[in-house]
Amino acid sequence: MLDALARFGRMGLEAFERLGRGHLLLLQILAGISSLLTRLGLLIAQIHSIGVRTTTIIVVSGLFVGMVLGLQGYYVLSQFAAEDSLGVMVAASLVRELGPVVTALLFAGRAGSALTAEIGLMKATEQLSGLEMMAVDPIRRILSPRFYAGFLSMPLLAALFSAVGIIGGYFVSVGLLGVDEGAFWSQMQAKIDWNEDVINGVIKSLVFGFVCSWIALFQGYDAIPTSAGVSQATTRTVVHSALAVLVLDFVLTALMFGE
Amino acid sequence: MNTRGLEITVGAFMAAGLVALFFLAMQVSNLASITGGEGYQVTARFDNIGGLKVRSPVSMAGVRIGRVVDISYDQSSFEAVVLLSIDPAYSQIPDDSIAKIYTSGLLGEQYIGLDPGGSLESLQQGSEVMMTQSALVLEEIIGQFLFSKAEENAISEEPIGE
Repeated sequence: MLDALARFGRMGLEAFERLGRGHLLLLQILAGISSLLTRLGLLIAQIHSIGVRTTTIIVVSGLFVGMVLGLQGYYVLSQFAAEDSLGVMVAASLVRELGPVVTALLFAGRAGSALTAEIGLMKATEQLSGLEMMAVDPIRRILSPRFYAGFLSMPLLAALFSAVGIIGGYFVSVGLLGVDEGAFWSQMQAKIDWNEDVINGVIKSLVFGFVCSWIALFQGYDAIPTSAGVSQATTRTVVHSALAVLVLDFVLTALMFGE
Repeated sequence: MNTRGLEITVGAFMAAGLVALFFLAMQVSNLASITGGEGYQVTARFDNIGGLKVRSPVSMAGVRIGRVVDISYDQSSFEAVVLLSIDPAYSQIPDDSIAKIYTSGLLGEQYIGLDPGGSLESLQQGSEVMMTQSALVLEEIIGQFLFSKAEENAISEEPIGE
């Protein structure tokens, strides 16, 4: 009986310890910007591997999400003879919700898991301790550039996703379903607000980029240095990122759009 | 060469992201239609504004010429005070124009339509639209209809009763 209670208590303590380690790591990573600014080459290399290589999946899925939104929206809206509002529907749902959220989920799956595996393996093969032996701070040299690269790439990827999605929705609704082109764009421009909708979407994607990069790096850095540990950490990255993104999205939406 | 290739792809990526944002700004959102400066502001008082909201359009002959920027309630006259911001390009609006609250479509949003008057003076910053017509509230119309119908019945039934 007491044993069970002790196990439960240990679980709680470990969870808090992990949370504390995560925040300490975050502070160290954030502090790394001073040395990062003198070596922008590191950042560019990481933007390449995190941002540029995620572009393909973002563009392709954005295009298809936009096209599906066009098809499904047309089905509902045409019942009310409101096809002209299809542009508003596609653009609002992409810019406000789907752009940031789906991009963040794809980002966690494509880039976050790779980050965790890379850093976990560096730890397992003792490359990180090797760097420390050479008096190179692994957090500044390895983690900081990756964090800032992810943080900067996310809003760009989300904007790309929304833009491509809207173009996909345009092709389906105007090209395929015969919605009036003028109504599609003009209704969209009349109803989508730059500050209210687009900027809030960008803020969302910045928050998601921050959280996803942080989770991925922490899970890699905190992984048990075995092959099983690294695989566990990679799984945790994707699961935790997805949960964090969805919960945060609810909170942010309530703060931004709830009146 | 390798570093250069890397920099080029990253540059292309960032440019693509910024172009996407620019596209969202210009083609998707209303940023392009927001003119520099707020325009001149005119007040109008209504008995009932119905579902009018801040940022609702103000139009004349169906062309959007401004927006509602503020809605407040005057406790002394029991009226809604609506502040309209009108694009400075439209400076020749007669000051005896009538402001009416319309609904776009059956279920659409409400907007203010200005019907031009015949005055030679134009509306200016701070002036007030004197003639207004309130929003149509569906319940009121139905209520009036039922009331007049009941009255009609009462009148037509009277001779039978005699």
